[in-house]
Formats: sequence, structure tokens, C-alpha cells
Amino acid sequence: MTTKLFGERVPRVEDQRFLRGKGRYVDDVLVGPGAGGVLHAAVLRSPHAHARIVDIDVSDVLDIDGVHLVWTHDDLSGAMAEPLPLLIPHPQLTHGRTQYALAKDEVNYVGEAIAFVVADDRYLAEDAVGRIKVSYEFLPPVVGLDGARGAEHLVHEDVPGNVAARLEQENGDARAAIASAPHTLSLDLTVERSASTPLEGRGTVARWDPDTGRMTVWTSTQTSTGVRAAIAAKLGMDLGQVDVVTPDVGGGFGVKINHPWPEELLVPLAARTLGRVVKFTEDRREHFISAAHERGQQHQVEVGYDDDGRILGLDVRFWHDNGAYTPYGLIVPIITSTQLLGPYKPGAYRVVFESLYTNTVMVTPYRGAGRPQGCYVMERTMDAIAAALGKDRTEVRSANFIQPDEFPYDHGLIFQDGRELEYDSGDYPASLDKLKALVGWDEFPAFREEMARERRRVGIGLACYVEGTGVGPYEGAHVHIETSGKVKVATGLTTQGQGHATVFAQIVADALGVGFENVEVVTGDTRRMPYAVGTFASRAAVMSGSAIHLAALRTREKVLRIAADALEASEDDLEIVDGVVSVKGTPDGTASIDLGTVAVLSNPLRYAFDEASKAATQFTVGDPGKPPVAEDDEPGLEGRDFYSPERSTFASGMHAVIVETDPDTAEIKILKYAVVHDCGRLINPMIVEGQIQGGVAQGVGGALYERMAYDESGQLVNASFMDFLMPYVTEVPAHIDIDHLETPSPLNPLGIKGAGEAGVIPSAAVFASAIEDAEAPYHPGLGITAMPISPSELFELRQAHPPVEPVETKESS
Amino acid sequence: MKPAPFAYVRPQGLQHALEALAADPGAKVLAGGQSLVPLLSMRLAAPSTLVDINALPDLDGIRVDDTGIHVGALARHADVLASADVRRVQPLVTLALSHVAHATIRNRGTTVGSIVHADAAAEMPMVLALLGGSVTVASTSGTRTIPASGLFAGPLESTLRHDEIALEAFFPGLGAGEGVGFEEVARRHGDYALVGAGAVVRVEGEAVVAAEVGFLSASDVPVVVDVTDPLGGVVSTSSTDRAGELALQHLDPAEDLHATAAYRRQLVRVLTTRVLGAAYDDALGRARGEA
Repeated sequence: MTTKLFGERVPRVEDQRFLRGKGRYVDDVLVGPGAGGVLHAAVLRSPHAHARIVDIDVSDVLDIDGVHLVWTHDDLSGAMAEPLPLLIPHPQLTHGRTQYALAKDEVNYVGEAIAFVVADDRYLAEDAVGRIKVSYEFLPPVVGLDGARGAEHLVHEDVPGNVAARLEQENGDARAAIASAPHTLSLDLTVERSASTPLEGRGTVARWDPDTGRMTVWTSTQTSTGVRAAIAAKLGMDLGQVDVVTPDVGGGFGVKINHPWPEELLVPLAARTLGRVVKFTEDRREHFISAAHERGQQHQVEVGYDDDGRILGLDVRFWHDNGAYTPYGLIVPIITSTQLLGPYKPGAYRVVFESLYTNTVMVTPYRGAGRPQGCYVMERTMDAIAAALGKDRTEVRSANFIQPDEFPYDHGLIFQDGRELEYDSGDYPASLDKLKALVGWDEFPAFREEMARERRRVGIGLACYVEGTGVGPYEGAHVHIETSGKVKVATGLTTQGQGHATVFAQIVADALGVGFENVEVVTGDTRRMPYAVGTFASRAAVMSGSAIHLAALRTREKVLRIAADALEASEDDLEIVDGVVSVKGTPDGTASIDLGTVAVLSNPLRYAFDEASKAATQFTVGDPGKPPVAEDDEPGLEGRDFYSPERSTFASGMHAVIVETDPDTAEIKILKYAVVHDCGRLINPMIVEGQIQGGVAQGVGGALYERMAYDESGQLVNASFMDFLMPYVTEVPAHIDIDHLETPSPLNPLGIKGAGEAGVIPSAAVFASAIEDAEAPYHPGLGITAMPISPSELFELRQAHPPVEPVETKESS
Repeated sequence: MKPAPFAYVRPQGLQHALEALAADPGAKVLAGGQSLVPLLSMRLAAPSTLVDINALPDLDGIRVDDTGIHVGALARHADVLASADVRRVQPLVTLALSHVAHATIRNRGTTVGSIVHADAAAEMPMVLALLGGSVTVASTSGTRTIPASGLFAGPLESTLRHDEIALEAFFPGLGAGEGVGFEEVARRHGDYALVGAGAVVRVEGEAVVAAEVGFLSASDVPVVVDVTDPLGGVVSTSSTDRAGELALQHLDPAEDLHATAAYRRQLVRVLTTRVLGAAYDDALGRARGEA
């Protein structure tokens, strides 16, 4: 029997390539001696946060040797001159706005594209950009949520109060529940901006072939099919003329699901106009100021609870900074507003948010997509209740958990996909038990005392989350067994380092009974699978994994049908092991046929090119009285299928961290980090753990290091990796304790849930909890209400909450 | 992030390099390039000529003698850091170099280049100032030696003339009875420090007879403060507190993205205490023959 690969720690097939520098990213496409003639694009970006464009003078650029093209909005026509698409409209997004490919009349953030230059190389293109003269009439910039809420100035003059959208949802009567509750609390909480910051920025290469009338575009995206449709529509081409290929992607983390970026349209348009290959590879500063950010929100919480800490009513108002435009609709704040609830079941819940414009880079989903903010707000509330009641923080959480026998659990709200917020499965009490054991929750007080004797401050924190993963509408897969016996699998969503080529091959190897090494997976190529959605929302394993499983089973059905015919046996008596179909219980080599031969038999072509074709001559299949390809059949050994779930499947997890804060310098050190994670059945635990580790690393960045620092004029003053403090390997925990809980999802055939974003969700919450816990004995009343937090900020908080004496070292008696 | 056009020369001899530099008032010297090249790529600097001195002979030496350490203009941080002679003759240089950026940057960046770049947030200008070292520079009109006390004119500004190339830095060796300490607080490993401090303490028996502390990222230029008086011969909690308060009178910590001025003042106090303690222990240890 072939060893089952599902659930095994199969080493990643991608790693040989990546670790040896053989990855092939957009910037590597059409590079090399044979590729001569690639032209390079650069973009003039607004240096001002808010201004009217009075005049653009490109006359100094036109006669530079080596410059092929200079465009401003005036040079665009038809659909290209219209605003970029609003990808996900919502009835409450009453004032949605999107930018133009090149700014028309007005710029609304530093970095907004104004002019597009194509030259022989990027050096020349940047020289040319520097010679374009733009006259501006300055408008007052709106920066930060306070500015947006104050609405003294408007980002878009036709959007009153800077309010793009206001959305309210309520389950029960939260305000009445709070009013009649024995205890109440109010909290004001803020989270600052951060961003995906993949190491590979955005990039696009386009080649127009006038002979065949086809456009091939390579782009660093999280959705090939989306970009393809956008290019066809904007450039006035038939969909069938456009191929989009996503090669290796050096990180997406959400920012590359937004599309089309201006350059994803301008590059192919320039390629078609010039009849030359055109490439755009953004630089780091461009990524900071013209891609997308996330996270910036302000929350006001009112909560009413009983003596056990059970939440009777929860009323949350928040303000979401959506930047200058809303191409991705309300996805982020809707997720915050719904996933804030985590594993808990408040008696009544009301949430109201306003999504507000500012003259800053627009906001689209970044790994976690609104959940880190929601988790932070809910968990800070739990901690506050525990502190007020003098209870252990885990007890208050336990009192509020949805219980294992309550699934499916309907929260009475509408989720981001327009479906009911209904959790399918989970076991939160079991998760908490595992977490307490893993981090040593009950032993911590003794550890704290031991450390205090050495004049060391330590604190412990925990945070729980639930994540809706695997959102629809669908993904598809195509499985093809070639006459060599090799299996070629295509799915349309893209890959940005997750290890899809490994886990999808595991699924196919199990379903078909073939060797893992004989399965090759292609993703993100619209030539191979034109129907797809994309890689975001922790959906690839759930969506494409399920589709691939179904497509492989269809292929298996056909294998068995043909093999049964050839072997003159019943399908029910056949098994497939290591790529050979045989009659169960017969000795090796007798009554068997390999998959390559079955593939030959599936295609009644007369030419025999290979050994498999010759081997096939000993078998006869089909009915000689009928056409070679029967009416209800197709040639070839292929299977294609789609998976479309009724709703998201809800993964969950809990993190705990022990931190040490320096009494003198306020530096924050991570002593222990523990994760309990439930993403249903694990396809490959090693890959899931890699996702968790990467997520935690990114979360450490978001909690302790990263922020987008805008000054009052709307300049992003830390738009480089020198001042935007993405953590190095030296800043993230060298070891993370991980334990898995597997509550299978009932919504898909493999019982899986998504795992891609989970690691980052509870970071702000768990660090706020632990740092506050470390400081509490020394600085009473010191509350962490703004994240991220730096040593300097912790120092200032200590100054604002003078120490009580004596609290430091206590001698044990 | 591509540099603006510039002319590039790579002279094989010092005289040629000095002439090329003198010939173009817009020329800049390229050695390790770890500060200059990013500035070029971000178009924050646009020199008309780059005079690449990497082909010049005999400038990559690290030589020690009775007086101290002579570091040539092309000696890389990594080589200075790895030198056992350097560690023996002046351990403060080795201590501080381990805090300079990351290994990949230390492999190319030069110690002399870092000094004449005159960044008040960098370690080596402060170390040169604290030790009372000097830099020897050359131009077509001859060579001169600039003491550290006259080298740092302002933020990213040294007193080298445009037509001068720094040939060598000199760090005085550890004196009898001396010990050293160095510590900094940075946001991330390898980042420029929020504040850094180095100390040289000289003891006779167990008594402190001289003590100086140097600071980086606490003013526009590296600052050295003589704290012999406030220590009053001893290193104790109260004496180092007094030293820290005295140091603050000579410093002007600024607020930036990463730290408030008050936090930097706190770091000055904490680091003064820590480096004086470390330097004192080091001095006693050496006196006992432990180092």
C-alpha cells in the first residue's frame, strides 16, 4: 500500500530552488543575453499629500535620447482614462472612490502616480521622471484619524465628513444589556498603521505579439485571473487575447490582492503601443508610498458583564482609516467588526464603524485583514474585565467561550463574504487547556517571584482568536496524467511561497495512488486554468486543495474505468499503488497496467511515439462497434473539478507570550512564545508550523517595531527599511512552542481550514497583555491602550504612572 | 533607486586619486560605499565624479605599535574586528566594532570611511574621539594629521577639505591601569543606536584616578565627557548617577521617530552607569592580570 502523504511532514519541493537562488520572479523574466530589447518604466509620483494639478510640462523629457514614451492622464483614453475599478462594492460604501491610472486634476496622497515614462533602462527612466515639471495648487492635507474625524478639511470635496461608509450591525440589544449589567467598563484603544512589505515589491512585464495578437503579462500578484480580466477590459481587448502568468512571488501578505495597480495596466498598454517588451519593477520607496497599508483604527468599547466576567452586552464603535481611496471596499473593517468576537458569545453585540478618508496611502487587506485589530480590542476588554474583577485572565475567557457542543454557532451577523457569520467547528476550552500547559500559565507566578528577586520584570499574556478562512466563491483544478505516467496539476490561484507545489502534490498523490515525485503543480497561469479567484484570506489549501482533491478523484474514476476495460476486471476490484493499477489480491506483475499506459489507451491516437504507446498495444479497450471516442467521453486521462463552499470555515487559535521588560531602559524581550492552533486536519504540519512562525515574526513586527510615521503634511517619513523597523531574525523568537488541535471542518471533503494568516492575528493583543502584566506590580494603573509599543513609549508610560514603593525586590523569607 | 549620472575613476596610485579629487569640486571618494551608495541610489547625493580608491596600494593595512593601532583607509570593519592585535592593544575598538551594523556591511564598510563620514550615530567616530585618536589625510598639497578633537564639525560633517583623502586612523592603545566598556541600546540588532556609550577608566589600586565617557546619538557630534570629578575616585550607584547628570549637561539628545528626548536622556543615565561599571571592572581585572 502506498504510504499516505496527507498529514506527513513532507519536505517542500520548492526549497531546493529557493534556497539555491533559482527562484524566478517577475524581475527575472526575459532577462539574459537572448532577451535584449526590454524597456524599463518609471513613475512620477506626487510629492504632495493633497493638491490640484495645474499643469504638467514634459517638454524637457521628450528629446532625451533613450526615452520612448511619456504619458500623463491626458494621454489616456477610453476605459484607461476612467477611474480604476472598485473591486468589492457594498451598499453601505456610499462614497467609494478610486484613483486613476495616472492622476487626473488632483492628487490625494504622496506617491500617487502622475506620469509614466518608458526608457532604455531604469536609470534613464528615473532621469526623465526628474525632469517632468508639475505645477500644483496646494490643498490642506487630512492626516490621521483625528484629522479625518474632525473633518475640518476634506480629502474628496464631495465626500462630507470624510466618511466613505458607515456600517452598523447588532445582535440583541447591546446597549440595554450594558445598562442593566452588574458591572461596566469603557475602553479607548488604538492601533497604528503598518503594511505587508513583501521583500519583492510589485512588478509587471508585458510582451505584445503583433503576429498572433496576444498579450502575455507576468506580474507579481495574488490573482492572475483578476489582473487578466482587468487588462482585457481596460485595454479593450478580448479576454482570450490576454495571458497572465504569475511566476515566483517574493511575498504578498495581502497587498498584491489589490488590482489592477496602475502599472499593471500601463505596462501592457505601453508594450502594445511601442511593440516592445516593457518592464516595471518598483523600488522600496515606491512600495512604501504607493502600494497599500493597513491596521490604523481607533476603537471605543462599552461592555457590561456579570460577576463571573461573562459579557452581557458589548458595544463597539470604531473608526477605520481607509487612506485616500477604497478600491477594496469595506472588507477590512467588516472583518474587524465581525471577527472581533473571536471564540466568545457575548449576550448582545452592537458594532458601528465609519470608514474614513485621509490623504495617505490607501488601505487594503494585510495578512490578518482587520482581525489583529478586532482581536486586540476583544482581548484588551477581556483583560480589563479580569483586572476589574481580580480574576485570572483565563477564567474570564473560559466564562465567555462558545462550547464545543454549540457548533454550528450563528452570531447573527453578516460576514465579509455576505454570508452569515456561522462558525462550523472548534473546541476552545481544549485549546486553552493546551495553551496553559504549553506556556506554563499556572507556574508563572512562581517564575515571576523568582525573577523579581533578581530585579527582573516579567509578564505573561494570552490572546485568543477565530479566523474565517477559505472564503469562496470557488477554485478549480485540472489534473492530467501524461503517457509517461507523470501527473500535471493546474490550479488558478497564485503562490507566494506557501508551499502549494508540495501540499497539493501530497493531495494528488494520495487520491491517485501515484508517487509524490511524479506530481507537478502549476499555479497562477491563466493559460492552464482560466477560472480562479486568488490567494488571500487563508483560502488556498481549503479552496484549491479541495478542488484538486475532487479533480484527482474524477481522474481516478476514469483511470479505473479504462483499466477495468483493459484488464477485463471490475472497477471495484482495482487498486492504484505507486502509479500501477492492478487487480487486488493478484501477484505483482499479473493483471496490472501502469497509469502511463492507461493514458495511452484514453486517447485513440494511432501514432506511437513512446514506450508507453508500444506497451499499450497488448490491451484493447472500447467497443469496436462505437466511435473511438464515445459520445459521453473525451480523449485523454484528465479530470477537472471545482470547489465552492456555502460559507467560510473558521479556524482558531490561542497565543501566549512571556516578556521581560528592562526596569531601566524599558526594552522588551521575548522569553517564551507559545501557540495552540486549530486549522482542522493538517495536510503538512511542517508547512503549517512555518506559516505560524512567519506569522508570529510578522506579528512581533506589528506589535513592537513597525508603524507608518506620517508627518502633519502627509509625508511618510520612514519610507525605508532603515526607519521602518521590520524585525530581523534577531528580534523574533528563535523558538516557538507549537501545539495543534485538529477539529475537522465539516464544510470540505478534506476537513481542512486555512492557516496562512493565523500567526499574525493575536500579536498586538498578546504583547499588550504581557507587557501590562509585567509593569502592573511596579506602575499601578499603567494600561497598554495603543499598539505598537516601543521602549521609548513604554518609558513615557512609566513616567506617567509613577512607581509605588516598595515594590522591587522582595526577599523570600 | 538608480543613481543620477556620474563620472567614475578608479586610480591605481594615490597621486592620481588626489588629482582626480582636486580636479572636480563635485567629486566624492568611494571606499566601502556602505553609506555613499545608498545615498546615490536614493538620489540624496549626486556627485559629478566618484573617485574609487579601492585600487590604491598599501591602504588596507592594520598595524599596531607601542603607541596604538594604525588602520588604513581600505581596512574593512570585519578585518579590524577580527584582529587579535587590535583586541590586545585597544579592546574598546573591538568592543565597539561588534556593534557596527551587520556582518555583510562590516565586510565592505571601512573603519576610516565610517569615521570621516562623521555620523554622530555611528560607533567609530565616538571611539576615536573618546580615545583621543587622529586621522591622517592627504591632498595634492601634502599630508596633515587631524586630532579627533578637531575632526567632527557637525552632523555628517568633518573638517576634511573636499580635496583630501583620509589615509589612516590612529587609535591610541590601552594605557597602564586602564579598562574600557561599551554598550548601546538600538531598536533592532545592528541598527544605529538610540544612544550608545563607551568609557575609559584608569585605576590606581582600587581607586579611580581618571574616567571619560563618550556618547553617540546623544548630540550632533560625538561627545566626550570627563567624569573623573563626579566619580570621586569610586564607581558606585551614586557616583555614576552624578557622572550621568554631568554628562547630560554636555549633551543635547533629540527626539525622533524612535525615541523621545526624555527617553534618550534616560538612556544616557543608564548607559553611563553601565559602561563605567564595565570599564572599572575591566580595569581591575586587567590589573589582576585577568584580561
